[in-house]
Amino acid sequence: MTGYLAAAADPTGIGSFINFDNFSRLVPLVVGSIVAAAILGLLAGVIGPMIQARDLTFAVHGIAELSFAGAAAGLLIGVDVGIGSIAGSVIAALILGILGVRAKDRNSSIGVVLAFGLGLGVLFLALYKGRSSNKFGLLVGQIVAVESAKIWLLAGVAVLVLGSLAVLWRPLLFASVDTEVAIARGVPTRLLSPIFMLLLGLSVAMAVQIVGALLVLSLLITPTAAAMRVTASPLKVTILSVVFAVASAVGGILLSLGPGLPISPYVTTLSFLIYLVCRVVGSARGRAGWSARSVPA
Amino acid sequence: MPEVPTGELPPERSRAGRRNPTGTAAVRLRDATLSFGARTLWSGLDLDIAPGEFLAVLGPNGSGKTSLLRVLLGQQELDRGSAEIAGRPVKRGSTRIGYVPQQKAFDPGLPVRGRDLVGFGLDGHKWGLPLGGKNRRRTIDEALASVNASSYGDVPIGLLSGGEQQRLRIAQALITNPAVLLCDEPLLSLDIAHQRSVSELIDARRKASNAAVVFVTHEINPILDKVDRVLYLVDGQFRVGPPAEVMTSDVLTELYGTRIDVIHVGGRIVVVGAEDHGHHPTDVSHT
Repeated sequence: MTGYLAAAADPTGIGSFINFDNFSRLVPLVVGSIVAAAILGLLAGVIGPMIQARDLTFAVHGIAELSFAGAAAGLLIGVDVGIGSIAGSVIAALILGILGVRAKDRNSSIGVVLAFGLGLGVLFLALYKGRSSNKFGLLVGQIVAVESAKIWLLAGVAVLVLGSLAVLWRPLLFASVDTEVAIARGVPTRLLSPIFMLLLGLSVAMAVQIVGALLVLSLLITPTAAAMRVTASPLKVTILSVVFAVASAVGGILLSLGPGLPISPYVTTLSFLIYLVCRVVGSARGRAGWSARSVPA
Repeated sequence: MPEVPTGELPPERSRAGRRNPTGTAAVRLRDATLSFGARTLWSGLDLDIAPGEFLAVLGPNGSGKTSLLRVLLGQQELDRGSAEIAGRPVKRGSTRIGYVPQQKAFDPGLPVRGRDLVGFGLDGHKWGLPLGGKNRRRTIDEALASVNASSYGDVPIGLLSGGEQQRLRIAQALITNPAVLLCDEPLLSLDIAHQRSVSELIDARRKASNAAVVFVTHEINPILDKVDRVLYLVDGQFRVGPPAEVMTSDVLTELYGTRIDVIHVGGRIVVVGAEDHGHHPTDVSHT
């Protein structure tokens, strides 16, 4: 690929990061990856606002590391990486669900799980004798064309998670934001918490396989954080976070084609730029709107 | 539940009865008894609260004020006796109860607006996606207007003052048109001006909607001129009656079993002696 050649000739030139050499020839080769990125963006964009409402940013990071350990174990013992990644995520989500009910307890238990998961993952990768690009991919993502079996798994998980969220959304948001009143209204908050952790675990496992364990936050956290800067409507936050997450994931793949670099830096940079723009827009709006209001209670 | 002849009712309830001679009591407790282990919070509590009546529940920490609310919310089983809301046994998640909790801090970035908080009261407990459309929006707009909160219905709740949040909570609690408004220290952590405006709002809304108010508080003064009756709980003992009859040195001295002075200063009531007893450092069993 000319992308590689350009990068080799001048590794610091702008052409080594941004170029569209053979773009039209390369795109058809990665249609599978683009579809997968779009599905993942949708999934991340929808579950993102609930992660914020439940204050689970750090938990996402913790689950991602255990998902990475599971995927590495899968690689080592020769089962599918996707299955290993899901197993790791779900175990992490359930452990966090059991260990910490209150946010204060939760942060320390997440730290414990995160460190242990990362250590286990590194051990499994060190023991693995296969191609080293597989190893690196699990941490920071991979450009390799996503095979159709993986797309079907991703699509199945997305349908399951999105379908469950459609049913649970209102009580879950009520329970997350306003726990006492939700309990008074009969919302089964104790039941909802582990169910949501399970759905979150599945979503994280999917993201780990595309952007890698270390960069999961760029799809599950950043797009929602950006959306929250420009609107406070739960519906608009969800729509915007889906748009931002899909744009980052799909855009990241397209931009990575020419230079032939991993998709992660492109995905993370795109979502970060969107966040920056939203912050600027949001602070301008904040000065002119909400905070200028003066209403006595 | 066993029917209790009205002839057995102590005199203080007849007043409430007269206010609504044919209607069902908004809250009816009969021989209600609750204990945790060997400690009895209260026993043999008979109480009828009429529609539109304002009842303050007072007492030291651990006397079972919040447990009483939990009983009415169907979250806590009585050891003995019965509890009814508007003629039917208490049940968890009943829309005939509106619940106003203490003010709490929200994350300023939380994507939940005032109208969303109020909307939780309408259908937050329902499964599935919200499909209310215009009717839902109009109902919420009306609820916001009823507490003079229309101007900040679209502001994130994390940016609102404590008083504004509590106004939204009252709209949230009343949106199902409940028979009873249960308030658990709703004025706590508000400044004096907001305490007054929020308690006046509760008073106005209960008169407009004829919902009974059960108001748990450690401080009666902000609501003294609104309260019809007081339920004072101390160490398993209790008294029910108008503030002028319950908030006296003699009654509280008897309840606490130690010398209590009730002093009237400029329309306020100061209870001297109860603080030491009620907020004893070893008494951490706040219910």
